[in-house]
Amino acid sequence: MGLALAAIPALRPPAFVESFLYLVFHWIALATSWTILSGFSGYFSFGHGAFFGAGMYTAATLAVTFGVPFLWTLPAAGVVAALLGVGIGAVVFRVRRLRGELFALLTLAVTFVLATIVLNTRIDGGPGVFLAAVAIPRIFASAASTIYVMGVAVALAAVGAAWIVQGARLGRGLFAIADDEDVAEVLGVPTYRFKLVAFGLSCFLAGVVGGIHAIFVTYVTVAETFSITVPLYVVLMSVLGGARHWLGPAVGATFVTVLTYAFVGGEWAVVGRAVVGLTLIAVILFLPQGLFGLIGRRRPGRSVPAPPAGERTVAAGSGLLSEAATDGSATAQRGPTSRPLVRCEGVRKAFHGVQALAGVDFEIREGEILGLVGPNGSGKSTLVNVISGYYRPDAGRILLDGRDLAHQPGHRIAGLGIARTYQIPRPFPRLTLLDNVTLAGMFGGAALDGGQAEREARRWLDFVGLADRASALPTELNLHQRKFLELARALASGPRLVLLDEVLSGLTPAEIGEALALVREIRRRGATILFIEHIMRAVVDLTDRVVVLNHGQLIAEGRPRDVIRQPEVVAAYLGKAYA
Amino acid sequence: MPSLTLLGQSLVSGLFIGGLYGLLGLGLGLSWGLLRLINLSHFALVLLGAYLTYQLAGTAGMNPFLTPLLIVPGFFLLGVVLQWAFDFFRVNEFSSLLVTFGITVVIESVIQWVWTADFRRLETPYATLSVRAGPLFLPVTEMVMLLVATALSLLTWAWLRFTWVGKGMRASVEDPDIAAAFGVSPRRLALLLSGVGAAYAGVAGTFVALVYTLAPSQIYGWIGVVFAVVILGGLGNPLGPLVAGIGIGISESLTMAVAEPSWAPLVSFTLLILVLVLRPDRI
Repeated sequence: MGLALAAIPALRPPAFVESFLYLVFHWIALATSWTILSGFSGYFSFGHGAFFGAGMYTAATLAVTFGVPFLWTLPAAGVVAALLGVGIGAVVFRVRRLRGELFALLTLAVTFVLATIVLNTRIDGGPGVFLAAVAIPRIFASAASTIYVMGVAVALAAVGAAWIVQGARLGRGLFAIADDEDVAEVLGVPTYRFKLVAFGLSCFLAGVVGGIHAIFVTYVTVAETFSITVPLYVVLMSVLGGARHWLGPAVGATFVTVLTYAFVGGEWAVVGRAVVGLTLIAVILFLPQGLFGLIGRRRPGRSVPAPPAGERTVAAGSGLLSEAATDGSATAQRGPTSRPLVRCEGVRKAFHGVQALAGVDFEIREGEILGLVGPNGSGKSTLVNVISGYYRPDAGRILLDGRDLAHQPGHRIAGLGIARTYQIPRPFPRLTLLDNVTLAGMFGGAALDGGQAEREARRWLDFVGLADRASALPTELNLHQRKFLELARALASGPRLVLLDEVLSGLTPAEIGEALALVREIRRRGATILFIEHIMRAVVDLTDRVVVLNHGQLIAEGRPRDVIRQPEVVAAYLGKAYA
Repeated sequence: MPSLTLLGQSLVSGLFIGGLYGLLGLGLGLSWGLLRLINLSHFALVLLGAYLTYQLAGTAGMNPFLTPLLIVPGFFLLGVVLQWAFDFFRVNEFSSLLVTFGITVVIESVIQWVWTADFRRLETPYATLSVRAGPLFLPVTEMVMLLVATALSLLTWAWLRFTWVGKGMRASVEDPDIAAAFGVSPRRLALLLSGVGAAYAGVAGTFVALVYTLAPSQIYGWIGVVFAVVILGGLGNPLGPLVAGIGIGISESLTMAVAEPSWAPLVSFTLLILVLVLRPDRI
């Protein structure tokens, strides 16, 4: 296909045909490069013009001022743009709030700052840069053919890169980031690094595209280069074609470019622009996933209606039994030991003066189910967030095998074998159940490759009774199914310690029984469990040991039946009069 | 170093253009802060309002200061219709940015279709009118612009703070469900607010026509500055944009006086980036 496209100049078409085709590939390359960060990870950049422009001016300056042969300026253009992007990303990606629309605004602002600097320094200085005197390497008979072939090459490179990224770990991680970045990090996705890598790659390609475009237009000006057109068009093209698919931007770019240049000349250009605007509106409102969102949805599970709750319980039960039958002989019966797995020492965390954790000391012993109870607002969820790395504690240590986790990023903690569930389930809404669970296997402590992780994921979906919904989306599940999905996701990472944050809340008594059986089974397979719960009967039933938290402090510890009789504990729950 | 008179004069012009920034930011900030919609088409509406003023005052011979009487009611309705559509299609904060980008392009095309891409200048007797204060000249139109911006900002502030409608509006921003449970209808308030925002765009448009030379691409000229103004001023606070607008206007015009005019955009955009990176909680 690439060869066929590159061979078009051999047919000696008229120059305007080559120019038009060049523009098609130019936009394919630019839109696809944008998608590698923005489409995949959801960090919509409105600053693609800055990186494109950086490449354009790098190539122009090197070729005109320093007389570097043109082909050599292209890698430099890519590298300058990539460095710019990575430099910006290194700062911006650390700020948790700078997502979505704020990232878009920030990158737009960067474009204008860069434009102002280029305009006022010797890089441009005002009049623009002429490349007419720059020698174009003669790959084909005419200059136009050569530029066209370069355009095809960079477009193929961009689409190829997007294809590789989408299939690789990087792509999986970026899709998870797009859906819920905090959860992705806690599941083990190195979000900061992935975003930087994707941004760097995206900017590198945009820079090379810019370099080639410099020689195509032969006259580079600030107003044209850093105009709003570049970000507008790449966003439009990618969203139209489908920003979450490697081929989506190429389809969108072809469509929009053909449409725009079909109306060239005079007043029709205005009509073309209006059509582009209307298309953008229509796509966002009616086709938020783009054209590839329509085609790319392989959803065989959709037609299968959710079985009624009664049947589901049986299904989950049988899944559990069959697992127990096959695995039970292989795995030795596990139970509590006295060896500490995790030890918290003086953990403190405050929010704007509210002391959520006021120096918490306790240990979780290998193989046990440790209950963590306490009234609302006592700091239980904060503790889970601190252990799993979402919050950094203000003071104190959290030791796993003697290694301090307190200041490790969330993905590293996940990699060491700590998994969690959320009280209100937080599945990745645009990934299927199978992909949700597979991701945990690929990035968590298990660190499996794609195929292995998928097999494991199917096993765990079966374990929680969701095997028949593997290709459904989480939004199609009811609450208790989503809670079980959380469990499957935590388990697929092959954790040593599972933090279960109120898995029972909102479940019916029958579903609670089912969930408790699952938790016991998880422990039997060798994991240690921190079980946070309000339902005391379940805690007493299930746990080996209980710690009680109140106002951010540990007030009791011991065997469940003893602890719930302690006056401090009764007072914390019911008030002093009852103690 | 430029002379004191020049510095004083640029201080004055910074103050006045700050009024325009404040006026533009008022409308944008209301919908962003209170409706959680980033309405890029606000800028297109401003330019549309400016061209309508140009048409009514320049060709039809109306007094330009009376054109808002016709433009404002129409724009109010337009704002209501837009908000109804956003609500109908469940447009959220992020997709609003893209949808209104599309609307902006469409309005720009309409402007270009009707008035062409050529520069247009509204010639009025007010254009050259100015008051002398010592060595400084105070252009009358721009003074009125600052006064109107101040008056509208204060009125909006009082409206949101003291009236039941305003209190309901602020309540439904904090928690739409709870506000609805207490009898506030967020949907109707949103229609009203969006109408008011669009009406402000119409008012701003009249002043843009009076002060500036018009071209369709001017739509994009103010986006960066006004976003900086809105974010620096604090979202949803009607007095914030005016204060931040004057601050940015003055720092821009001083930059122009001390360095080159072409360096001016650096000030606002650098401020915007710094606020985003260092104080993202403001937004």
